[in-house]
Amino acid sequence: MDWKRRHVLGLADFRPEEMEFVVDTARSMEEVLTRDIKKVPALRGKTVVNLFFEASTRTRTSFEIAGKRLSADVVNFSSATSSVTKGETLLDTAKNIEAMKPNILILRHPASGAPHFLSRFVTCSIINAGDGANEHPSQGLLDLYTILKAKGKIEGLKIAIVGDILHSRVVRSDLHSLGRMGGKLWLCGPPTLVPREMERTGARVTYDIREAVKDADVVMMLRIQLERQKTAYFPSLREYSRMFGLNRSVFSLAKDDAVILHPGPVNRGIELSDELADSASSRILNQVESGVAIRMALLYLLAGGHDASH
Amino acid sequence: MKKGIRKVILDAKGMERVLSRLTHEILEKNKGAEDLVLVGIMSGGVPLSRFIQEKIRTIEGLEVPAGYVDITLYRDDLSRAGYQPRLKRTEIPFSIDEKKVVLVDDVLFTGRTIRAALDALIDFGRPRNIQLAVLMDRGHRELPIRADYVGRNVPTSRSETVEVAVQGGREDWKVLLNESTPAKGE
Repeated sequence: MDWKRRHVLGLADFRPEEMEFVVDTARSMEEVLTRDIKKVPALRGKTVVNLFFEASTRTRTSFEIAGKRLSADVVNFSSATSSVTKGETLLDTAKNIEAMKPNILILRHPASGAPHFLSRFVTCSIINAGDGANEHPSQGLLDLYTILKAKGKIEGLKIAIVGDILHSRVVRSDLHSLGRMGGKLWLCGPPTLVPREMERTGARVTYDIREAVKDADVVMMLRIQLERQKTAYFPSLREYSRMFGLNRSVFSLAKDDAVILHPGPVNRGIELSDELADSASSRILNQVESGVAIRMALLYLLAGGHDASH
Repeated sequence: MKKGIRKVILDAKGMERVLSRLTHEILEKNKGAEDLVLVGIMSGGVPLSRFIQEKIRTIEGLEVPAGYVDITLYRDDLSRAGYQPRLKRTEIPFSIDEKKVVLVDDVLFTGRTIRAALDALIDFGRPRNIQLAVLMDRGHRELPIRADYVGRNVPTSRSETVEVAVQGGREDWKVLLNESTPAKGE
């Protein structure tokens, strides 16, 4: 198939064959990462701007390394040190950056829909690196890729996602990627953080982690954000950990060859026990590895010769 | 595009003879298969490099390492193509340091693919030398590149294409000269 997209704003409108195409491209990229010289000239002369309005070391670094492995020039722009603190609007900031002729803009923003909004005004490509509680498409694709590498397929797998479903953009992208590829998704967490309406996506909702984890092939734990406690989504971290944390006894209900994922950073001892985080079942570091390959694939595919590139 | 005349210029038997001769030339020039490694260029060069590998095994009783390289990420026309070409696989599971690398491709045309393959190889190490073996040389070079081992020279016009069909079994291998079909392999 030919890649026609100019932007990657979310996985909501991604067809399965497009996701397979990205994963297939990522497999070739991963070979580059195994070499002594981990760099190819594919994006020589292209400029990638990381425009981050929220703190993020992991995703930003992953995109930065992905760009550099492909020989793109990568520029980081973070809101804390920029004119945003002087009152500049998102559109003005983006327009100013665009005037410097980047090819791809990678945007993280606390407002849902920010990259979709910007894509109407700029001519460069945009990759959404997380917009509010909406989507985080590269994470959805890297989770897909990580599970494919561990299990060889998605179809028919029981995939439990446990934690703050309500605020998670990762879950929304995963529902599109893993759900559309035929995974049977179970969402679990405290009722205040797992809206029943999520069942409309085709996923099952449960408030009992044992039911979610039972016979699962994949257990994905989400980071519980400590500030949620202040807004009374759950009574205490200790109680949360006791009811929704993954430890050896709960994980033993899953299939023998089940794997554990976590988008990071992990709150050790809260949503995931130390022992499991470092166990042979953990694929958390594989996710980080897959992330660079998936982001290289996205950058490569978007840097194609469509008219928008400068 | 109009479909022009397709002419078989080499059949399976002919290809086998030509590749056998190439193998002998490679072994003669290198005085055997010591320190030799083969790298086929994706996709057309890969089956040919496998054939040469087997031939060397028969003649010398030696297994030379064979890998393959996809040059897509090294192309010089990435921003000019209308879309991004699908990536293929690269696999060179051995060190090429201090080795004599024989790069194998099906058709030598502008030389741009070879230029890209040389760049790719250099990223894998520092070989003692790199040699080039091609089944067909159709001329029209755009870079100062020549092959060390040439199966056949075929004079062509730019509108023609040389198609090395090696998808099926070896008994179906053949080389075709096509008129007025879109350029292939470059």
